[in-house]
This record gives sequence, C-alpha cells and structure tokens, in this order.
Amino acid sequence: MQKKAFWNDPRYRAWFFQVLAVLLAGGFFASIAANTVANLNQLNVASGFGFLQHTAGFGISQTLIEYSEASTYGRAFLVALLNTLLVAGIGIVCATVLGFLVGIARLSSNWLVAKLATVYIETFRNIPLLLQILFWYTAVLSNLPAPRDSMQFGGMLLNKRGLYAPAPVGEPGFEYVMLAFAVALLGIIILRRLSERKRMNTGAGLPVLFPGLGLVFGVPLLVFWLAGSPLHFEVPELRGFNFVGGLRAVPELLALVFALSIYTASFIAEIVRSGIQAVNWGQSEAALALGLRRPEVLRLVVVPQALRVIIPPLTSQFLNLTKNSSLAAALAYPELASVFAGTVLNQTGQAVEVLAITMAVYLSLSLLTSMAMNFYNSRIALVER
Amino acid sequence: MRKYLFMASMVASITFASAASATTLDDVKKKGFVQCGVSQGLKGFSSPDDKGGWTGIDVDLCRAIAAAIFGDAEKVKYTPLSAKERFTALQSGEIDVLSRNTTWALSRDTALGFDFRGVTYYDGQGFMVRKSSGVKSVRDLDGATVCVLMGTSTALTLADYFRSNNMKYEPITFEKDDEVVAAYESGRCDAYTTDSSGLYANRLTLKDQQEHLVLPEIISKEPLGAVVRHGDNQWGDIVSWALYAMLNAEELGVNSKNAEGMRESDNPEIRRLLGTEGKFGEGLGLPDDWAYNIIVKVGNYAEIFDRNVGKGSPLGIPRGLNALWTQGGIQYAPPIR
Repeated sequence: MQKKAFWNDPRYRAWFFQVLAVLLAGGFFASIAANTVANLNQLNVASGFGFLQHTAGFGISQTLIEYSEASTYGRAFLVALLNTLLVAGIGIVCATVLGFLVGIARLSSNWLVAKLATVYIETFRNIPLLLQILFWYTAVLSNLPAPRDSMQFGGMLLNKRGLYAPAPVGEPGFEYVMLAFAVALLGIIILRRLSERKRMNTGAGLPVLFPGLGLVFGVPLLVFWLAGSPLHFEVPELRGFNFVGGLRAVPELLALVFALSIYTASFIAEIVRSGIQAVNWGQSEAALALGLRRPEVLRLVVVPQALRVIIPPLTSQFLNLTKNSSLAAALAYPELASVFAGTVLNQTGQAVEVLAITMAVYLSLSLLTSMAMNFYNSRIALVER
Repeated sequence: MRKYLFMASMVASITFASAASATTLDDVKKKGFVQCGVSQGLKGFSSPDDKGGWTGIDVDLCRAIAAAIFGDAEKVKYTPLSAKERFTALQSGEIDVLSRNTTWALSRDTALGFDFRGVTYYDGQGFMVRKSSGVKSVRDLDGATVCVLMGTSTALTLADYFRSNNMKYEPITFEKDDEVVAAYESGRCDAYTTDSSGLYANRLTLKDQQEHLVLPEIISKEPLGAVVRHGDNQWGDIVSWALYAMLNAEELGVNSKNAEGMRESDNPEIRRLLGTEGKFGEGLGLPDDWAYNIIVKVGNYAEIFDRNVGKGSPLGIPRGLNALWTQGGIQYAPPIR
C-alpha cells in the first residue's frame, strides 16, 4: 500500500486545522489586549485593578453589609453585588410561585379563573419591562403618603420612603427556640421516611401532614414559652425626616421586585401550562383508573413528568430575571449596574476594567444558576431501567 | 439597554482603535466641525431649544472654539451626555472637547487622562428643600434623604460634608438630571443637592417654585470648565485661549457690536486681541483673527454670561465670583502678547 503524504492524512490534517484555529483566535485576543493597553497608555488613562483598594467616598442608600463613605471601591462592589443578588433572589422566588399559580389557573375548568389568568399573561408579557418598572416606581409608589401620614396595617407602615415592619429581636434564650425548630424539621424528615417505608411494606402510609404541622409549630412554641418568651419587636419610629429602626424595604427595591416578578411570572405561567399539557391525558386516565384521587394524580403522575418539560425553559427565565435586574439603573436602586458600572466607573474612569468585571459577574451568576438548575434537572430526569 | 450599548461601543473604540492618530486640530479641520460633549439639558449651561439648536454658556464655549478655527460659530455638533457617560466619551475620542458643567478635580486631571482648560464658571454646591419642611440650614438635614446625580463630584462632596459633620443621610442617586428633580418633587427626598447654578436652573422647572427654598450655605468649590484629552497641548491651548479671548475682550471693553470698529483702535492690547497687530494665531495653528471671530460670532464673556445665566436670562444669577478680577470677582485671563 502506498504511503500517503502526511498533509493528506485526515488525522494530521484535522489536528493541523484545530491548532491553527486556536492559534488564530488566541492571537486575535492577544492583539486586542495589547492594543487596548497601548491605547490606554497613550491616552494617559490609569489602568489595572489597583483602584479597587482606593477609598470610594460616596454613600449607598441600601447596604446589606457594613459600608461607609470611607470604604473601598472593592467594598462598594460587594455591596452592589449583594443588592443585585437580593433583588434577583426575591424576584425568582416570587416569580416562580406566582407563575405556577397563574399557569395552573389558566388550565382551570372554571371559566372566569382561566380567562383572568389569560388576561394577566397577555398583559404583562407584552408590555416592555422598563415601562413596568417605571410604572410601579413613579405611578404607584411615589404617590404614597409622606412619612408623617404613613399608611398603617398591622404593625406595618407604608409611605413614599418604603415599607417598614417591626424587626424581631431575639433575647438570650432565643437560640433554644431556633434549635427546637431545627429539631422539628429533622423530625418531619424522619417521619416521612418512616411513612414511605411503611407504605412500601404494607401499602398504607402513616399520616404525615397533621403530625408534621404539630411538630413544626408545637415544639418551638413550647420551647418559646418555657424559655420565657425571649423575643421582642423593634418598632420603626418617626425621628426627624424618616422612620428609624425596624425592617425596611426601600421603594426602589419594591418597584423592582414587583415589576420583575410580575413580568417574569407571565412567562413562567406559560411554561408551566405547556409543561402540564405536554403530559399525555392517557397518563391521568390511567392513574384515575388505578384508583388514585385527583390531587394524587397531579402530585404523583402529572407534575413529575411536567417538571421535565418545565425546568429547562424555567432556567432561562431565572437567568433573564437576574440580568433584567440591571434595569434598576433607571431607578435609584443601588445594584451592580448602577453603583459599580455607574458611579464607580464614572469616578475612576476605568471603563474597560469596570465593565469587564461587571460582565464577568453577570456571566458567573448566570452560569451558577444554570449549573444549579441542570443539577436539579438531572435529578428529576427520566430514569431508564 | 441603549446605555450599555453606548458604553460598550465606547469601550470597544478604546479597545480596537489604532494606537496612532493625528492631532485633534487636524481631525477637526478635516471633518469640518467640532464635536462637543454637552449635558442632556441643563438650563443656562447647555440645553436644546425649541428650534433644535443648543444654547447655554457651555455651548457658547464650543461655539467660540468653532469660531476660532473656522470663523463660523455654527460648525459644532453636540453630543448630549449623562454625567456617567461623559468621561468615557472623551477618552474614547467620541468628542473633541467636553464642555458640560464638569468640576475640575485632581483625579480627573490625572488618572482619567484629561486636562482641564480654564474655568468657565465658578460654582459651589448648595441644597434645595421644601419650605414646609421648616429646614433653614444644611445643619438641620441630619437623617434626611437627599437626591443627587449619579457619579458627580456633588455626590462625593455630599458624602464628605455629612461625614465630617457627623450627620446621617440617605443618598438617592439617578443617572439623569430630570430624574433627580422628579424624585425630589415627588417627595422621595427631603433635599436636592447640586451646584447652586443648577438649583436655580432646575427650580424653574418645578410646579410650584415658591414652595422651594435654596439654603444659604455653599459647601464646596466647583470650578466648572472645559476638558480635553491629556497630551494634545495644541488643542488644549485653543480651548483655553477661546475662553481667555472672551474674558480679555470683556476686560478691554470689546464686544460683538463694537469689535469691527475697535480693530483700528490705538490701544495695542486691543489690536493684539483682534489680530491687527502681531501674529498670535500662528502659535495656536489658527488664523490671526481667531479672537476677533470669537467676539463677533459669539461675544465677550459678559455677553455670554448675561444671556445664558445672568440678568438677561430667566435664571438671573448675579456675577458674584464670576465677575472680572477688576470688579470684585475672580475671573482673570492671562494677557495676549
């Protein structure tokens, strides 16, 4: 057999082109980086990441961790990142709950409920998100009364400056209550395991719901009473211009959470509906024929199969919500895009570094969310035997 | 999203632009106009009028630069910029000069890679509050919520002032001037702070102007001036001397109406200013009648001050610090010789 020239050998050729592609791409990015550095030097613009250690000097309205004007830009970055995570976290939970409710409501056999759900979905998913954010902020929340004439319901206060609630403050002994709560949760898990085992053996499980509720409420309450009620509430008080003390959600956060969850929930609702409808009606019929009751059909047969269809597009919605939180720059909510890619960028003038960090953060947040959701997805995926 | 595209495109232009480029003056002459960065609308400084043109003292500086180069004050194109976008726009070369009520400060002069070229307007930071709040002095603002523009030296001065006086406050920051004013008007904030000229200008836009009080304290020095990229000294000189020509003209009593006749004046200082004597344009790379063109097409400093922010304008701000040094102010231009 004649020996082929090596450039005609598919093995070498494939390798050659792969290596060439990597070299070209690498060279391209290296030349961009070198060019950027050369340009910045020529423009006498400071570069590098040293600025993160410099004093920031500006104030931030909502800080979850200790922060003052004397803190560094790096600290300001953390504050902003946590604010982004806060709004994304609350938004994801609210949007998921609301989305599931509306999605199931749209399939309801009750005409009115189904139509209301349809109207909700078609309204909120077809109005641009930025407009919805501005609507909640300027049309709703800024028309609330001034702090002096706050609206009151229960112990809560609502005014132009935000939503205030009494803050629970634990006294010595409160840690036992928390411990009791943890023990109760553990008890429920054990109870479920026992019930499952008994059901596998005998066909009838143990009652879980009411003993579980008893455990989770009863035990901590008992300990709370035994420890002598070690808890008091710090009530917000009007001092000077604003209420001081208690828990507070600034109106910017409220507007953002409302808009993001209501908007994203309309998409999640459609995903849930499509997921449920993707489960063949024969599955439900078969389950009913086996004698399962309606709620059991939903819980044991329909939902587990529907989740497989729901989870991947749901992940995209979570990612969208996190990224959309950067629209907060239009309000005064101090999250990453507004504090870091706004104020910090402006003060340091280091646009390349600041934008690179900001993009890297959103990218990592998205990748982490995907990873978590993919893990969950693989747990619930169809197991073939 | 548009904002991000804009920032990203400016960053991209830093990233991809070829390292070598001609001088700004050559670029400007080649394209035939000055690209001038201004605010998105601040009455008296730079704001669009109903005919689509721009007016204001910052705008007039841009027009003076164009008049010096082309003999035509209208050869300017304006780029409205938010406080946040302005520096990146200048760094990336989107604009030739930034004339946007920008405070001269050390870090901006150095780390940002800029040069400040003279002070167009001496300003200071003040506060506005509702009369009904009963606040009479900045010292009464402990615990207040304060509306401020994002990424400005104003926000930093605010932080410094409250910190050094051991007072608490909550800053609410927006990216645009009108958003800040709207938040203050809606009652989200107890006080609104910016340069005091801005307070007077923005009070004009409030519904009930008599309801609002500008507090007497001025808590900072805010020298506002034009900014250019560091390293192109010829271009920087043109920007400085466009301003100095207008100041010298006021000092010598030359204005847009009498400049024509003053060309043959006996006063050698006036003859040098108007280009009848000496070759002072050469060093700047401009024709010798550069200053004459500025004065005829735009006016002297008194004229631009009065029609934009002074007694001839709705703002009615007194000259104060911005009067000439000969009249009790601190506006002082080096001589042309």
